[in-house]
Amino acid sequence: MTALLDTLEGTLGGWGTTLLVGFVALAGLITVNAMFMVWFERKVAGWVQGRLGPMEHGPQGTLQTLLDVVKLLGKESIIPAQVDRKVFLLAPVVAFLPALAMLSLLPYDNNLTMTDVESGLLLVFAFGGVSLMGIFMGAWSSNNKFALLGGMRAVSQNIAYELPLLLSAMAVVLCAGSLNLGEIVAAQTGENGLWFIVMQPVALGIYLIAATAETNRAPFDIPEAESELVAGFHTEYTGMGFAVFFLAEYTYMFIVCGIGATLFLGGGDGPLLPGPVWFILKVYFLLFLMVMARWTYPRLRFDQLMNLAWKFLIPLSLINLLATAAVLKFVEVGS
Amino acid sequence: MSTESATLKAYAAHPRTPEYAPLRFGTLTPALEQAPEDGTYYLNMGPQHPSMHGVLRLLLRLDGEKVVECEPVIGYSHRAHEKMAERGIFAQFLPNPSRMDYLGGMIYNVGYCQAVERAFSIEVPERAVVLRTLCCELNRISSHLLWFGTFLLDLGAFTPFLLAFQDREKILDILDSASGSRLTYCYANFGGLALDVPEDFAERTRQYIKEQRAAFHTYHELVTGNVIFRQRCEGVGIITQDTILSYGMTGPNARASGIAYDVRKAEPYGFYPEVEFDVPTRDEGDCLARYFVRFEEMEQSLRIVEQCLDRLPEGPVGPKKPLVRVKPKPGEYYHCVESPRGQFGMFIVADKDPEPWRIKARTPSFSNLSAMAEMLEGTMVADTIAILGSIDIVMPEIDR
Repeated sequence: MTALLDTLEGTLGGWGTTLLVGFVALAGLITVNAMFMVWFERKVAGWVQGRLGPMEHGPQGTLQTLLDVVKLLGKESIIPAQVDRKVFLLAPVVAFLPALAMLSLLPYDNNLTMTDVESGLLLVFAFGGVSLMGIFMGAWSSNNKFALLGGMRAVSQNIAYELPLLLSAMAVVLCAGSLNLGEIVAAQTGENGLWFIVMQPVALGIYLIAATAETNRAPFDIPEAESELVAGFHTEYTGMGFAVFFLAEYTYMFIVCGIGATLFLGGGDGPLLPGPVWFILKVYFLLFLMVMARWTYPRLRFDQLMNLAWKFLIPLSLINLLATAAVLKFVEVGS
Repeated sequence: MSTESATLKAYAAHPRTPEYAPLRFGTLTPALEQAPEDGTYYLNMGPQHPSMHGVLRLLLRLDGEKVVECEPVIGYSHRAHEKMAERGIFAQFLPNPSRMDYLGGMIYNVGYCQAVERAFSIEVPERAVVLRTLCCELNRISSHLLWFGTFLLDLGAFTPFLLAFQDREKILDILDSASGSRLTYCYANFGGLALDVPEDFAERTRQYIKEQRAAFHTYHELVTGNVIFRQRCEGVGIITQDTILSYGMTGPNARASGIAYDVRKAEPYGFYPEVEFDVPTRDEGDCLARYFVRFEEMEQSLRIVEQCLDRLPEGPVGPKKPLVRVKPKPGEYYHCVESPRGQFGMFIVADKDPEPWRIKARTPSFSNLSAMAEMLEGTMVADTIAILGSIDIVMPEIDR
């Protein structure tokens, strides 16, 4: 392994090696996460609903997702006649690619970040906005009314929920005094470090709600609302086009929970086990909460969703932010 | 004069709404060809759509997400049941009624038998009467449970659907043990029942009643108090008493708007005069009221089932030899029963022949759906699904 890395470093240089190893690792992470999450979600759903979930393939049905992927690969990709071909084909890629960039910014442990950027948090959210483009491109180019309705809903929902998401994250940034994700983790660990969940419980609540809405997950899955809009923005997608949207959804879930773990749960901080393991455990704990919400609540109506964001979450997160700033100033003056 | 017959009179006396009736059905379809100029657009929901309860097609004219106009288009599962009745003797129509409303099959089956028995004065032994009532009420619970599941599924919650189906499965098993079929029953025949119930029937049913009461508690914990559920239902899809009377809506939908009309009380049949039960009503007339009315009805049905079990007499359940050829008396006969969706009536015209001259079924969902066009105007797309779900339609029963 080390010899291989040395050879790579010889030919590509240090930066090139990081890039290559990082992307291979991230590709692995994305695939394994999606495979695991689909299985995990089905199992949790089964548990909630008093049934077994997938059991047929592999022990406890663990190979079910793999076979689903094979099935999706084997399906014919139908491109309907009325679609805008170029945009239609590009849309899943645009929706998915930012995920790779976002994953490369996450701190999996104290020093385990693929690209350590000074304003990492800001960059992660910025890439999140790009993925929305992909969803809307898919919806618009489908030339289908259900898809269009889903796309319009997706855009207004994502814009509305980006604000509370950012504002709740900003409260943490004020506490940590940095936008660098690594430094935010560092502020929570060490001698008298305290996880920000203790200082910012309100922000965590807002963050989780907004993150669920950002990833279009139930009870905020309004852009795809299958009982109203058939499949929403990906109504016209079949086979791999659909699979890539699907993959993107599960990857974004991992990302928002990863940021949540970084901001509020101290990233890779924890006793005994190594940092990355703690990080993954925390991420999957948050993912478990998201999955549980999906199988418990009915879907909100569109206007109710907007009211929740504009009339409740945004004012609350603003108050939280101002209160945090005020307290920090008092502490600073006092000391 | 009792209050029930006053309600019936109110139905009869209420003027129809001519401004709605001729306007709908068929007016929107040609307009689909050209786009409207006021910025609205048409959305064609169904017949293939996840929440159109089978094969309903809704043509919606939308302004953004708001419904401007709506037209339900029906007829995709028309199977000419009424014509089938004319082509055979009365007994040959026995399997058909339960296929009209596949969720209230037992009630339809029993309703048809009772209509024929009443028309041609056929005696039914007491045990059969009680068992019919019992099975009908079990069937009503299973229908309401399925409604509960699909309504929540329409609202986007998946778990209640599966919970409700697990409990419904128990009813289907019990009815299966008695009648031999799970969905489209042909249990009752003229003069009684095809078979007596198995020995462990009473015991299994009592066990089920106990489990179901516990399950209702789970449903309320999971759904009824949920904020999102309340917001989606409260004040959504309000049906006024006027609308109910003018369209002839019956059943839980009417009772949720404060019209206490229940065929079981208004025109008692079978064992219902002998048992104690209440007719739950609400005054709000919104989706939440319909939800509560159906839940209270399920509890009342459990009460009826318990009383039937307690007072189940011994004896035969039908004539020794199955009564295949009934001797018709020429005339016109009408008999109605309370199906899970409202008043189900059988209008029989008989002459001297062993075949019915004409059978007309009065099915409740047809009237209930007719009011949809009026109710949907000004709501959101998401509400459309919620209202449609709360009305509880069964398409094959509308199309027949």
